[in-house]
Parts: sequence; structure tokens; C-alpha cells
Amino acid sequence: MVAASLSILVIDENRIRAAVIEAGLRDAGHERVMLIHDVTGIAARIAELEPDVIVIDLENPNRDMLENMFQLSRTVKRPIAMFVDRSDRASIEAAVEAGVSAYVVDGLRQERVKPILDMAVSRFNAFSRMARELEEARGELQSRKQVDRAKRILMQSRGLSEEAAYALLRKTAMNQNRKISEIADSLITAAGLLGPQEGTDDGA
Amino acid sequence: MAPEHHVNAAFLPLFDSAVLVAAREIGFAEREGVELTLHCETSWANIRDRIAIGHFDVAHMLGPMPIAGNLGLTPLSSETIVPFALGLGGNCVTVSNAVWAGMAAHGAKPDLDPAGAGAALGRLIRERQGSGLEPLRFAVTHPHSGHKYELSYWLAACGIDPQRDIDIVVVPPPFMADALAAGRIDGYCAGEPWNSASVVRGTGHIATVKAAIWKNSPEKVLGVRKAWAEQNADALSALLRAMHLSARWCQDAGNRPELAKLMARPEFLGLPPDMQMPILSGELNVGGGVLRRVEDFFLPFDKAANFPWKSHALWFYTQMVRWGQVAHSPANAAIARDCYRPDLYRAALKPLGVALPGANAKVEGALGTATPVGSAGASLVLGPDGFFDGEMFDPDRIADYLERQSTSLAAD
Repeated sequence: MVAASLSILVIDENRIRAAVIEAGLRDAGHERVMLIHDVTGIAARIAELEPDVIVIDLENPNRDMLENMFQLSRTVKRPIAMFVDRSDRASIEAAVEAGVSAYVVDGLRQERVKPILDMAVSRFNAFSRMARELEEARGELQSRKQVDRAKRILMQSRGLSEEAAYALLRKTAMNQNRKISEIADSLITAAGLLGPQEGTDDGA
Repeated sequence: MAPEHHVNAAFLPLFDSAVLVAAREIGFAEREGVELTLHCETSWANIRDRIAIGHFDVAHMLGPMPIAGNLGLTPLSSETIVPFALGLGGNCVTVSNAVWAGMAAHGAKPDLDPAGAGAALGRLIRERQGSGLEPLRFAVTHPHSGHKYELSYWLAACGIDPQRDIDIVVVPPPFMADALAAGRIDGYCAGEPWNSASVVRGTGHIATVKAAIWKNSPEKVLGVRKAWAEQNADALSALLRAMHLSARWCQDAGNRPELAKLMARPEFLGLPPDMQMPILSGELNVGGGVLRRVEDFFLPFDKAANFPWKSHALWFYTQMVRWGQVAHSPANAAIARDCYRPDLYRAALKPLGVALPGANAKVEGALGTATPVGSAGASLVLGPDGFFDGEMFDPDRIADYLERQSTSLAAD
């Protein structure tokens, strides 16, 4: 069943995420994928592109504008409905949870569109996971740097070895029921207030 | 003490979310045993979708939005009810400097008078049509909004056909001022502070205000997922009491500086406190350094501002019919009527012994002046609630009203 392939428009201001979705759709054999990052003048673009399916991220504040446009036959030749099937509750929930919404040309068969929405949902989720992991990795790197700075301060000001400095930070954190990185932050702040410290110099 | 109830609420960054925001931030919800979590959203469509799938229990909504959803006019919806209104008034119609100059050349004065401004705009539009120019483009915030209906009502009453003589597009409120400055639109109807935003930048002029087109008219409401309301009646009552106390606090002139500061915070409007003052004081800089004081510009509490009048719901419904969004039928009118729930408002507030309207609906436009009315408990003042063209809306005679409106344009 090789019907004419559907044209899919992805509207996302986040270029990286848009590229991730585009790659997913192309991998799944969709050739006609278009990306729009900037919604200025989008009515004219949609009229010109005539997409069968529109995928848009939920952070986009222009959803109200787009839905209004879809309802006006003047700007869009074919009526566009939301989601694959209003009664498919699970799909709708999965899409909203993932932060994506889809609009399809009325009359399009559900089984043709469902895989597209599923793909968009899984790619949105993958992107969010990637972004979260990157954020966590960044946070971890940052706290490791802070602990190293705090160790240097202790080594210089109290003449401790590196192990002893770390042991002191760890013991203090345990006693106060706080994270090591928090103790390190406090120590760096205090050291900064108490006077110039070579140990706080990050230039090295 | 652990809170008794948990409520997830969504809002859009607009000043008329203030009653909901203050209910949490000033502590009224907590005092009523409600842990109120606020979620800032980016579009009405998101609020609609996420209330439908249960992420939110209640939300700041455009007054006509839950009616449109219950009528099946939106791509996704859940049955939503309105037991509380978030205020009266608050919107303006702002036009570009070029359009204002054209209107002024045709006799418009910076007095916000809807009849004068509309007549001048009509002459400008006919002059432009005569020269073969493109129609002016006005933006509203949503197809099912007070903004769309009051703009259309005002234009139609001034002999301008909003579906033929101008283009109406949708733009998110925070982008209105930019779109006007960039020339993508020629005017817009939006809530504050997005009108003052154009005036302050020197790129727009306020032509008229909602409070003059229809005095003390409905705007935003608290939309509640019906299934949640039915399963959490106590939580809803406690929330409505907190909202009532919050609304009273928001109305108190003594709290204006604190409220302006609260709404200015980045998680709410993220705009300086002095930008929040025009909506609170009703003293508007309309452009060109002209200051105007507007009576009842925005009321978060006074004049029974929180009472969900069925006549307000039905007026919104008549405008949906008028502009071709839905066909009139007794069943559809009943859906609109049943969407607003004064019974729930009364039941929740009764223990507080406060003034409550005795009727569920009123003839809109019948009160020429502020009028004390009979009510349960303490005294209550309503109105004025007049339309600028002197029309009246009797919610018991919908067909007559629709008939008059369908011929009013053609007769011009």
C-alpha cells in the first residue's frame, strides 16, 4: 500500500528538536517533511505548503492563532482538525504529556497519521530526556568544580592534605545533613567575604 | 497543619489572573485549607487541552471559552463549568499611530467615546475602500473571546461589518504591541497591560475601552472541569471562598501597590509595577500624553463582579451565533446557560454571610446607573450595565435579539 506520501510540517522554534523530529520522520520513510522555526507570516506559508499533517510544540504561544487560522477556510483550503482521533484518549494524553500537538487534514485515514504522531511523541520524549541528562551532567560537573575549589581553600588556609580536606567537607555535610556541594558553595562564599584567597581564583 | 485540599490551577500571564494569583500568594487559599498550585501556560489551547486530560482542575479562562468547548466548537474539550467570574471590564481597543491620525482627521477625539471613535473609524475605512487600499487588520486574543465579540459589536453598531470591512486575526496578547509596532496589524483588542505597552512605546493609541462599549461587562472566568467539581465539591467550595476573599483584597485601593508588585514578578507578568497601575486606577494614558479616567475600568470584586450571570453566558452565545460560529437552537442555548453556575457560587459563599444576587440572570443594559438591589444578606450594588448603543439584551428573548442584530448591519 504505497499511497502518495503525506506532507508533514513541523513548527518548532527549537531548531535542534525540530531537526531531531525531522530525522525521525525521514528515517520512517517520510520524504516530504518541512520545518518552520519562525511563525511570522505563517498563514501564507501554510497556504503555500498545504501540509497534510502539522506538528507543533506546546510551548509555542501561537497555537491559538494557528487554530483560528485552521477554522477559516479563506486561509486554509482544506479544513484541519486536531489530533488523529478525538476518541483516542491515550494518544492525546501521550502527546500532551510529551509537549506536542498535531493537526491533520480532515478525512485523512487514522492509520496513516497515527504512526506520525507516535513518532513525534517519542522523539519529543527523547529530546526532553536528552536535555534533562545534559542539564544533570552540567550540574554534576559544576558541583565537582565547586568541591575542588573548596578543597583548595581548605588545603591552603588550614594546611590540610587533599584527602583530609575532602574528609572535612564530607563530615561537615553529614553532620548538617546537606550535600557536599552545598557545603562547598558556603565555604567558597565565606572565603570570598573574608578576604582575597588564592584558592578561590579559578584562573588556574 | 496539612492542607485539606489540593487544586491545580492554570493561568495565562494577563492582569485579570490577579484574583487567582493573589488567592495563593496573599494566603487566602491556605487559610481555607487549599493548597493551590499555579501553572503559567503559554496559550488558551494548552489550558483547554491540559484541563481536558486532567493536568489542571481549574483555570483562568476567557468567558466564552468553556461555552465554546461545551458546544463542541473546539478541537478538544472536556465539559467545563463556570462557578466564579474573575472580574468585569479591563480591555481596550488600541490602534496604530497611522490609524489614529486617520481617525482624528475624520473627527475622532481622544475621549474614548465608542460612538465617536467608531464613526471616525468608519469614515476612515470607507475612504480607504474608495482608494482601493487593503482592509485594516485587527487582532484579538482568541476566536471565542470577549475581545472578539466586543470589538465586533462596537464596529457593527458603528456601521462597520467586522467580517467584510476589516480582517480579524488572532495574536497572543504579549505579542500585540510588537505586531502593531512592526505594522503586521493596524489595531487590536486586548486586556491590560498590553494596551499601555503600545502607548508607553509611542507606537499606539487607545481608541476606546470595553468599559465604555458595554459597562461592567464580563471578561475572564474561573473554568472548572465538571467531573472534578462533582467529585471534589468541598475543595471547590473552599477554593471559591478563597477566591472571594482574594477578589475583595484585589479591589481594595489600599492594596494596589502590593498587588501591582505581586503581578510584576517574573513568574506572573514580568513587567514593571507601574505598568500595572492603569488597570487598577482606571487612569489611562491613551496616547499623545492625554490622560483619561475611566469609570469602572476593571472591577475584580465590586458590582457583583464574581457572580457568574447566566445572562453573560447567553450574551456570549448570541455573539457566537451572530458571527457564524454556531447555529442557534434551544439545545445550544441550554448548553450555554448551563455552563455558568451561580448555584455553586451561592452555595460556596453562603457561610460567609456576604451579599449574593437573588436572580441568576438579568436584562443586560437595563441599569442606567449604579443600583442597589435586593440580595441575600448584606447590600449589593449592580451596574450600570449599559451598551453604548442603547441596546438591551433580554436573556429570555434570545431569538428577538438575534433577529435585531442580524438586520442591524444590513439596515445601515
